[in-house]
This record gives sequence, structure tokens and C-alpha cells, in this order.
Amino acid sequence: MKIPLSWLRELVDFDIPAEDIAHGLTMAGLEVGDVIVVGGWENCSVGFVERVERHPNADRLVLCTVDLGEDAPHQVVCGAPNVAQGQKIAFAQVGASLIDARNGKLSKLKPAKIRGVVSRGMVCSERELGLGEDHDGILVLPSDAPLGMALDDYLGDTILDLEPTPNRSDWLSVLGVAYEVAALTGNRVRPPEVLYTEEGQEIRNLLSVNIQDADLCPRYTASLIRGIRVGPSPRWLQKRLEQCDVRPINNVVDVTNYVMLEYGQPLHAFDYETLLRQRIHVRRAYTGETMTTLDEIEIPLGSDHLVIADDRDARALGGVIGGLDSGITEATTDVVLESASFDPSNNRRTAADFSLRTEATVRFEKGLRPDLPPLALRRATQLIQQVAGGTVARGIIDVYPEREKPRPMLLTTARMKQVLGMEHSMEQAASVLRSLGFDAAVENDETLRATAPPWRSDIIIEDDLVEEVARIVGYDSIPTEMLETAIPYHDGQELRAFRERVRDLLVRQGLQEIISYSAVGLDLLRKARIADTDDDLLTVSNPMSREFKYMRPTLRASLMNTLSYNVARDARAVAIFEMGRIYLKQGEDLPQEPEIAAGLLHGQRTGEGWLSAPASYDFYDAKGIVESLLGRLGVEGEFRPLADDFLHPGKAAAVSVNGAVVGSVGEVHPLTAEAFEVDGTVVFFEINVTRLFEAMPQARQSVKPLYRFPASLRDISILVGRDVPAARIQQIIDGQPLVERAVLFDVYEGDEAPPGQVSLGYRIHFRAPNRTLSARDVNRSLARVLSLLEREVGAVQRGAGEGDVA
Amino acid sequence: MSMTSAQLIEDLGGVQSEALDELQGLTSEESLEEWRVKFLGRRGRLTTVLRTLGSLPPEDRRAAGQEANRTKTLLEEELGAARRRVREGRFALLAEQEQIDVTRPGRPATVGRYHPLTQIIREMCDAFVSMGFQVIEGPEVEWDHYNFEMLNIPSDHPARDMFNTLWIDHKDAEGRQSMLLRTHTSPMQARTMEKTDPPVRVVVPGKVYRYEATDATHEWHFHQIEGLAVDKGITMAHLKGTLYEFARRVFGPERKVRFRCDYFPFVEPGVDMSIDCFVCEGQGSVNGSPCTVCREAGWIEILGAGMVHPKVLSDVGYDPAIYTGFAFGIGPDRVAMLKYGIEDIRLFYSNDLRFLGQF
Repeated sequence: MKIPLSWLRELVDFDIPAEDIAHGLTMAGLEVGDVIVVGGWENCSVGFVERVERHPNADRLVLCTVDLGEDAPHQVVCGAPNVAQGQKIAFAQVGASLIDARNGKLSKLKPAKIRGVVSRGMVCSERELGLGEDHDGILVLPSDAPLGMALDDYLGDTILDLEPTPNRSDWLSVLGVAYEVAALTGNRVRPPEVLYTEEGQEIRNLLSVNIQDADLCPRYTASLIRGIRVGPSPRWLQKRLEQCDVRPINNVVDVTNYVMLEYGQPLHAFDYETLLRQRIHVRRAYTGETMTTLDEIEIPLGSDHLVIADDRDARALGGVIGGLDSGITEATTDVVLESASFDPSNNRRTAADFSLRTEATVRFEKGLRPDLPPLALRRATQLIQQVAGGTVARGIIDVYPEREKPRPMLLTTARMKQVLGMEHSMEQAASVLRSLGFDAAVENDETLRATAPPWRSDIIIEDDLVEEVARIVGYDSIPTEMLETAIPYHDGQELRAFRERVRDLLVRQGLQEIISYSAVGLDLLRKARIADTDDDLLTVSNPMSREFKYMRPTLRASLMNTLSYNVARDARAVAIFEMGRIYLKQGEDLPQEPEIAAGLLHGQRTGEGWLSAPASYDFYDAKGIVESLLGRLGVEGEFRPLADDFLHPGKAAAVSVNGAVVGSVGEVHPLTAEAFEVDGTVVFFEINVTRLFEAMPQARQSVKPLYRFPASLRDISILVGRDVPAARIQQIIDGQPLVERAVLFDVYEGDEAPPGQVSLGYRIHFRAPNRTLSARDVNRSLARVLSLLEREVGAVQRGAGEGDVA
Repeated sequence: MSMTSAQLIEDLGGVQSEALDELQGLTSEESLEEWRVKFLGRRGRLTTVLRTLGSLPPEDRRAAGQEANRTKTLLEEELGAARRRVREGRFALLAEQEQIDVTRPGRPATVGRYHPLTQIIREMCDAFVSMGFQVIEGPEVEWDHYNFEMLNIPSDHPARDMFNTLWIDHKDAEGRQSMLLRTHTSPMQARTMEKTDPPVRVVVPGKVYRYEATDATHEWHFHQIEGLAVDKGITMAHLKGTLYEFARRVFGPERKVRFRCDYFPFVEPGVDMSIDCFVCEGQGSVNGSPCTVCREAGWIEILGAGMVHPKVLSDVGYDPAIYTGFAFGIGPDRVAMLKYGIEDIRLFYSNDLRFLGQF
């Protein structure tokens, strides 16, 4: 919403700079996005072209004699095709600062000799004055422009570009903003004086209005002006509209727009002659009914839409847009002016149905008060008569079936203190409210009674009054205090704490955290071999694009995308993880949103440096991350081979904790890696943190006693079938009494191992909690381990050595 | 032949001077050990002499024994001194013999990194946690009911224009779209209050979504931190105090804050908080050129807030005549952009390791 200060000054006095007004409004809640200064044209004034003569030495140039109302006229050379004798123009004398049309920069006008003729001054184009882009010809001013007037005084202004909040329909009006300025500056608003003469017949003998659906139109007012002449509006009116970015059309339509800008109440003008039997019905449209709008678009109407109809046809879509056939044309002589109230919700829905968000609906949807239409109607009637002539029929139509009673509200010092934390006297509060146009009466020291003015639809509860006082006095006056009450405790945040712990542990293992979009496209899921159809996916109805049509069912796809993106940018080593939610459809309920931690490793495990031999990430890196993570969380994972389309069929494992599958680890399927243009091995892990949290043992963590007796170490080397899982062997060894732990330190499956067999080396730590083990104890236990290994998995010992005693 | 004590003492003297002579020239730990074996070992020279002690007449033994002990102690002390000398000598050569090039790069330890948004969200939540707020979270896919209705934004309310919504393909019993991607973290206000009796003091970080064209400063997918404190006696003064303290902790103790009126349907009065620009110190320009961070305003809008609207309280069953509270919403993406000078919000979600590696 743009408002020129000149218009504001008509309604309220203020003598502070525009910047201060802008600041005050912004602090009080009406943000001023920009203060646009139009003007600053020194040495420019309104001139009159007395004579235009041919330039003696140039065909396309002319010599203009310009009168500025001073003694001597000025002669200048001009090249504009549209300059003509008798025009009022903007004339710049030598010394004026103008915008150079060639480079857009300001430059000072100097006397010049053009093709042998001295030129002192210039007839300006819009662009040279910074008023617009037009440079095809000079700016021709209206003929009533006062000769010799400084251009700043005639054309200059300062315009506030406002960004009103959606609750304040009154901030879409000059009057509404004037009350803000009045409250901020301590001045009083002078509302427009509305005076006109009515003649002839009573309006009710000339026009009838019947509201059939009062739920959608609580009040309808109308006036009738006959014998007008439709034509262009006077310059002052056109200029105001242009300053507010409204295109002038004709004097009648311009007045309706002007009053909408002034009062915030949209109006509509009908051609009286086009209304069949001069009867207006405000009703829901019939099913199948259509109307052609002013924009010449035929729209199909239904019972959800409110129309303003004559005895036969819909003539306007109430509060949205007028119909083509009843609009004001040059032939119109009699005008019905409509100023009405419409239901905000219905108005908003109707506008949405036809994508017709007009200046009217922007205001009606905010809920204009029924008190406002007659005020705006009378103002518009007066202006139409002023600019288009005609006679006004006696009285107005005012159909208002269920008159709203005034709603006085109480404001108490107690509530102000309760909300703001400070005291205000009722006198002060009343004075603020009155300056904003409220009726306010102090009842006693603790209470006042206030009624909001007709243009304020946002004042519903006492706290709205509290805000009015607080924002005008200024939030700066409110004290600053710390919370002092007891700190509440809210249950059930353990999962979050657990998840943050997992995040910490993954970062500590050297991974880079990423955060990717929560939505994915089917193409990406297909590419990652995750899904072929969208059957089970949670779909966004109005996605930003195809790429974000589905809420992600997995982090896998976006991880692969991130890997691919970075590999394409020469990343040599990628070790990333994401901690985020996935979205799993759950019938009619909200989806499940489990927390997933998943990561990818690819490329050089070791840095590029001189110290490390190059080595690439492999399956066991990913597995090690999961093992370390679980270990630090105090649980042990169980790994079993897994078939998963995303993963390499021979290099994938499911991870279980306490019997519950909580994730997976594996090499990404080579086909998937290839699809993402990644060469070489990519390894992956995934932990469903929510499920892991549920699988965590409930027991409190307790500290084990520190061991007091030394351990004995023995290394064994066994030959065993390749199909025997290491986990089984580990289980057998670990299961022996006195075995504290066993570490697989060597794996040999090369040529020297018998076919189908693998050689494994274990270092076994023996320890007893209560004594130093003798060699006999250790040897006996070791022998049991070996015989069990042989019996259970057919392992054969290759040799045993004595390790150091730790 | 029997030994006399004088003879023995003379022998001791001989061993002592011989030993000390030899000790002089020794420079290695190995030769010192050989020396020890030769003179002080079980079959060493001194021991050999001492063995003859038993053959002395008893009256001579005492004096000779004393002399023998003195000699032994002396040699042992000299050996110790010699050992120290040799060790020190060896360390004196370390610089020469074992010097490495300390300017070569070290062996890199693998250090992981948090996403910058994780860092800023933790930092911001921590500031509130220290003021007694608890961190909670809520669903990202929400009902219209919690995202709008319970926040005093009924359907067809013009304020819905403030929250361009991404809807989920789902129709309720009346055929209306009722499931959406939450447009703010505010739905947790009603969800929390429904579950808990007052007092309430929580912050809610999480992802939020808007149907909005993306550019350098707009994303359809970003983060928010909601705050809510409800109790008896909470006023706008507490709102100001809490948010001022937050600004000081996150943006530095010298920061100034500014509160102005703003509108959000679920608060009344509504507040917008700005901090003075930490780049130009509120001046609007840096070394004569316009400040690009605050765009010459001197102030940067940081968050929206306000006193919880009585309708929001009564809808969850809190009596607004007894309980009051404040709520606020902050965008960590924007805060991180301001703090780290990031010019394009999309960098947060493109996961370029060259970008993430800087945090």
C-alpha cells in the first residue's frame, strides 16, 4: 500500500520528517518498507510552450519558446516529436540536476550550442525527471498546471510504501494511517467533510434493494446520481490514484477507487439503466448461473457465491468484481453506487475459486465492519457529483437486517499490569485510544470503557486494547525482567537426548554431518533402487517440484545424491552421515517419523599425506562405525547376512540389538553406485535410532570393578571352513570361563590355506577375578576352547604360542 | 698363610685406585656394566678381597670390615655418578642423532563435523536451556487443527496468507485436506499445553516447510525454534528479559535489542525483535560503504514473539484470566547466515563438503 504524504497531510497535521513518521509507524506495527521521495528538482518549473519553430540547421530539431511567467521567455532546442505550441511542460533551467537518459546518472544542465543555436534549458521527459521510463517524448502536463510553479511543488511528493499486517484492513486506507500518525504525533485527524445536495425523488422510489442472504451480506447501502457526464478524472484525482499504483479509468470508477483508498471500504458503481426493473437482489447464485466479469471472463457460479443481481441476471460478484454488462461506460448517465458489507470467509473463498484477488477482496476478507459502508458511500457520492456532475437522489438505500449493537469494551489497569508487567493510568490509556479514533470514557481509576471506530475490525478482546496502548506508548517503556518462577519439568525427552548422543558419537568417529531435504522424487528413489512405485509413499499435493513430491521413506537416496554431488566436485574422501526423520504412511493417522542415522563412506580412508599408504573404505569401516557406536552406547550388535536391493548381495548385514533389528550395514550395490556415477566401493550404514532406543536395556548402567589380577595371553591359529561365521567362533571362545576376551588378529585365506578353508588367528585374554591364573589353569582352559572349536565348527589348530602377560 | 688386616686394607686400596682409574675412561653403559661385574660383581675384585675378611683374626675384622664397606660404597657411588654422566652424555646427542623435520605435516586425526545448523540450533537452545526452558520436539507432518486452528487461525483467515502451505495428499471425513507439512514449530504450543498442566517452559527446534519460491534468502524447507512459557504472572517484561538475554548470549554481550509491534494471530500483543547490526554496529555503514548485512537499517529483525493469545490458552483449557505467557519463533537458518556471513540459504541443504568443511 502506497500513501503519499500530501494526502496524509490533508487529514492530519504533522511537522516531523518523513523518516521519523516511517520509524514511528514501523515501531507501532505498520512497517514502512520504503520512503520514496519524488522530486528534488531544483531550477525546474511549470512552463508554457509559446511557440515552436523549425531549427535552421536540423530537420529533427525544433526551437521552442517557453514562458515561465517571468519577464523574458526562454528559447531552447528540443528534439521531442510530441512537443507542440500551447502545451504545459516541465522546464529545467541551467543548473538543474537531471537524469541523463543515456546512462541513468544525475548530471547538471549546462548551456549548450546545438547545431549552431544556443539552448539555455530543457523541456524534460519523464525519465529525465526520474518519474518513469518514458523518453520517447517530453512530459506534457495538464493544461491547468500553474504557470511558473516550482515542479517540486506541483509534481513532488513523498510516498510511504507500507506493508500492513493481515489483521489491519484500516491500514489499507489513508484515513486509517492518518489515525496512526495522529496518535504518534499527538495531533487530531480531520476527516473529510462530506456535504452535497440531494434533489428530486427519494431514492427508494427509484431503486429497490433486497438482501436474500444476509449471512453473506449483512448490510447494503446505495445512492443514485443521475445526469452525470463520464469522462477522465481531474488531474488531482488521477495523480492520487497513480501515486497509489491504481490506474485511472474514468471519473466514476476513479472515485470508487479513491474512496476505497481513503476509507478502506471498497465500492462499486452500476449503470442504473442496465439494471432490469431497477431492482437489486443480493443472493446466492443459482447452480449453473454464469456471469461475465469486467475483465470479460465468463465465470460459472454456484450456491457458494454471492451475487448482486437485478430481476434476471447476476450483475456483480459481491465484493469481488463487477459484471461487464452493468459497468460504467462513456454512455452512462445514471449511476448506482454500492457500499456494502460482505462475509469475509465467503468473500475470500469466492476470490480463490476464480483467482480474482482484487483490491476489494483484499479488504473484505479481513472483515470490514458494517458501520463503514454508509460513511464511504456518502463520501463517494459527494465526489462523483463534484467530478462528474449530476444530481443526487434524496436519501440512501440502507438495508441492514440485523443491526450490530455498539460493542463497548472494558479495559482495566489490572489486565494491563497482568499482560505488560507495568502500570498505565486510565487517563493515559483513554487519551491514546481517543487519538486512534476510539470512543473512550474513564469510569474510574481502574477501568475505562472503549468503543472501536467503524474502520477498526481487529479490536475484539480486552488484550487488543492493551496492545493499542502499549504499541502507541512504545514497547520501549515496558520493563525488562527475567523469569523468576519455578522451572517446570516436561517428561519424555529421552529419545531426543539419546538421538543427540548418537549424533555426537558419529561425529566423533570422524564423519561429516549433512542435512538434506525431507522430500524426494520418484526418479531419485528409482535410481537408488529403493522404490519403483509411489504406492507406500506420503505424497505432497502441491510439491515445489517433481524432485520433492514425496516425503522421504529413507535417507539412502539423498545420501547417494550428496555423495554423487561431491564426487563430481573432486571430493577424494567422503565420510558423511545424516541424522533425520523419515516419513512412513500410517493409514488415516499422521505418519510415523522415526529418527534415522545413516551414513556413507567412499574413497580414501587415509589422508593424502606422506605418512599413510593409500587405502579405500570398505565394508569393515562401516561395520566398525556401527560397532563402536553400539559399544559406546553399552550394547552389542549382532550382524547377520542380509538381502537388500540397495546393497551388495554378498556384502550386507542386518544389525540387531537385544533381538530387535535396528539397522543395516553393507556395501552399496555396484549398480546403484554406477547409476550415481561413483567409481569404486561405497559403504553404508543405517541405524533406526527410534528402534534402537526402544531396544536399549532398561537396567541402569553400573560400573564393573577394576581387575586386580593379571591376565594371561595365548595366541591360537586355526583352520576352519569358509562357511563358518567368525561370530560363531567368537561366541565359542568367549563362552569359556576364564576367557576375558578374544581378538581376531589375523585372517588368511590365500593360496596356502587348504581349499575352502580360512586360517584365523585369535589372541585370547584369560583372567580370573580373584587370583592370578597359573600356567596350568590357562592351558587347561585353552585346551577346552580348542576342543570345543573342533567339535562345534571343525576347526583345526595350526599352532599355539605363548603371548606376553599383560 | 694368614692375612693381616693391614694387608687387606692395602689390597682394598689397590682395588679402589685401579677401579677408579678404569672408570675414568668409560663412556658407554655397556662398559660400565662390565666394570661393575669386574669390580663389584659376585666374582669381582672387591668381592674377592672381601672374602678374605673371614680369615682375619676376630679383633681385626671390625676395622677391616669398615674399610671394606667404605670402599664398596665409594665405588658404587662413583658408578652411579658415571652412569649419570654417560646417560646425560647420550641425551646431549639427541638433537644431533635423532632430529626430525618438525615442519613436515603431522598425521591427521579424523575429526568429524556437525552441520552448521546443528551447531547453531544447539547454541540457541542452550541459551534457553540455561534459562530453564526444556527442549522438546514434535511431528513435522501435522494436522491443520494444530498448525492453524488451535493457533487462532481458522480456515479462510487472511493470516493464512502468511503461511503458504504444502499439503499432504489426504482427505478427512468431510473431504477436506487436513494433513500438511507444518509451516512453523508453533503447533507444539497447543500439543504441549494439552498434555501438560501449567507451568510450561519449552523450546521446540525442528524443520518447517513453506510453499515458497526459493532464492538466496528463501527456502521451502528450513528450521525454526519455537519458545513457550506459560505460568501465573508472566508478563511482556519477562518476554523482553528472556529474549534480550538470548540475544546477548548468541550475538554477544554488547548487543542492543529493539522491540516493535507486529502481528501474529496467536499472540496479543505481538512483538518483533531486532538486534543492532553486529557488522556495522548499528551505524548502517562500514567504512563509508553501505552495510550489506542490515541493508543500512542498523537493525536486523531476528524473531517474532508476543503474549500468548487468550484464545489459544482457553482452547487448550488454560484459564486466560489466571495464566499468561509468551511465545516466540526464531529462524536458525537466518541466524546462521547472519553470524557466518552466508549469502545463500540453499547452501545449507546442498551439502557441498567444501562448504560444510568450514564449520
